[in-house]
Amino acid sequence: MIKSLLAIFLTAILTENYILNKFLGICPFLGVSKKRSSAIGMSIAVTIVMMIATAVTWPIYYGILVPKDLKYLQTIVFILVIAVLVQLIEIVLRKYIPSLYNALGVYLPLITTNCAVLGVTMLVIDKQAADPANYGFLQAMVSSFGAGIGFLVALVMFSGVRERMELNDVPEFMKGLPITLVAAALVSLSFLGFSGLVTGMLG
Amino acid sequence: MAKNSMAHEFSKGLIKENPVLRLVLGCCATLAVTTAATNAVGMGLATTFVLVCSNAVISMLRKIIPDKVRIPCFIVIIATFVTIVQMLVEAFSPALKAALGIYLPLIVVNCIIFGRAEMFASKNKVLPSILDGLGMGAGFTGALLAMGIVRELLGNGTIFGYAILSNFMPSIIVFLLPPGGFFVFGILIAIANRLSGEGKAPEEIGCSGAAGCAGCALSKNCSLIADKDKEAETK
Repeated sequence: MIKSLLAIFLTAILTENYILNKFLGICPFLGVSKKRSSAIGMSIAVTIVMMIATAVTWPIYYGILVPKDLKYLQTIVFILVIAVLVQLIEIVLRKYIPSLYNALGVYLPLITTNCAVLGVTMLVIDKQAADPANYGFLQAMVSSFGAGIGFLVALVMFSGVRERMELNDVPEFMKGLPITLVAAALVSLSFLGFSGLVTGMLG
Repeated sequence: MAKNSMAHEFSKGLIKENPVLRLVLGCCATLAVTTAATNAVGMGLATTFVLVCSNAVISMLRKIIPDKVRIPCFIVIIATFVTIVQMLVEAFSPALKAALGIYLPLIVVNCIIFGRAEMFASKNKVLPSILDGLGMGAGFTGALLAMGIVRELLGNGTIFGYAILSNFMPSIIVFLLPPGGFFVFGILIAIANRLSGEGKAPEEIGCSGAAGCAGCALSKNCSLIADKDKEAETK
């Protein structure tokens, strides 16, 4: 049991990294990865929202949409729930935990339209549909936590790469986004080295 | 004059304000589904459909939707059309649905659609909004197709499934894998910058400063914009 949960967690971080392998959350990856501090703040906010979003959308899907045969409403319901949740988290944090709000608050509005959050909530549903016997709420939560940590790892690593790149002499037409994307390709290439690791180690 | 401006609404999305290569919106879909040219076209058409329909409806309702709740309203409208597209694709092309997978419902968070709703459709009449959607959709499809062709040709030796290179050289599989997506995208943006903005630093013509950026939720924290502000300050 613990072994399979660990496998799900490591898979979400290393072999199925949401940014580097699934291309979810590319906007914050390119936009917020320039400074390490903002990369960490953004990733922590994303991780929290991902977990809360999964904790809310999973019961909605299996408790309401499936019994009422409304599966086709998944997209609309999920995106609305996530948008409402993010607003709610922002209000609650501002009222009750101002210190945390000051640290993470600026990142919260950015997360509503972040494809990584919607992607996580939908992928865990897909995974469960593919393997209903071994996948449940607990696995979904571990998977979303792993996705958030994977997001953190990719963002922090990449912010390090970009800080070093600042000083390099880049051809004029490659400056800015193009060279950043090429660097992302190299980081992503290094993550390919993990493929097969988790199944080999724990499978 | 009126005719010219209509033509302009359509054509600006093709090259001058190409949503992918110039405004750098909707990167997720661009990178993920372009492993084959057919998938790229399918994704492009699905997004164009959503873009045109949501632009039209939002433009019709622009005087009814209160400003304060416009974002949830836009999301509902866009999500509705995405659901319709999901059903259409599932019914008519199950193979395409399998190829696009999770990225089909994720059209709903594609910044291009939200950006156009916010920047254009909520301020303009119906016909220009539809043309704007068509042009942006065509630009999106074109950019996806370019990426799809390059990646399929180098990674698999084929274009649209027809063998082109596979008899002459071994295929470079890494172009089908995620790193190839990032690499080809970076090079394409560099080429677009080189062709259309000679001498200009890409920051100025990339995401920041362009009309699409204000519609992006990230605009406040985006480093691409921060660069430009810094530049403006030093000047």
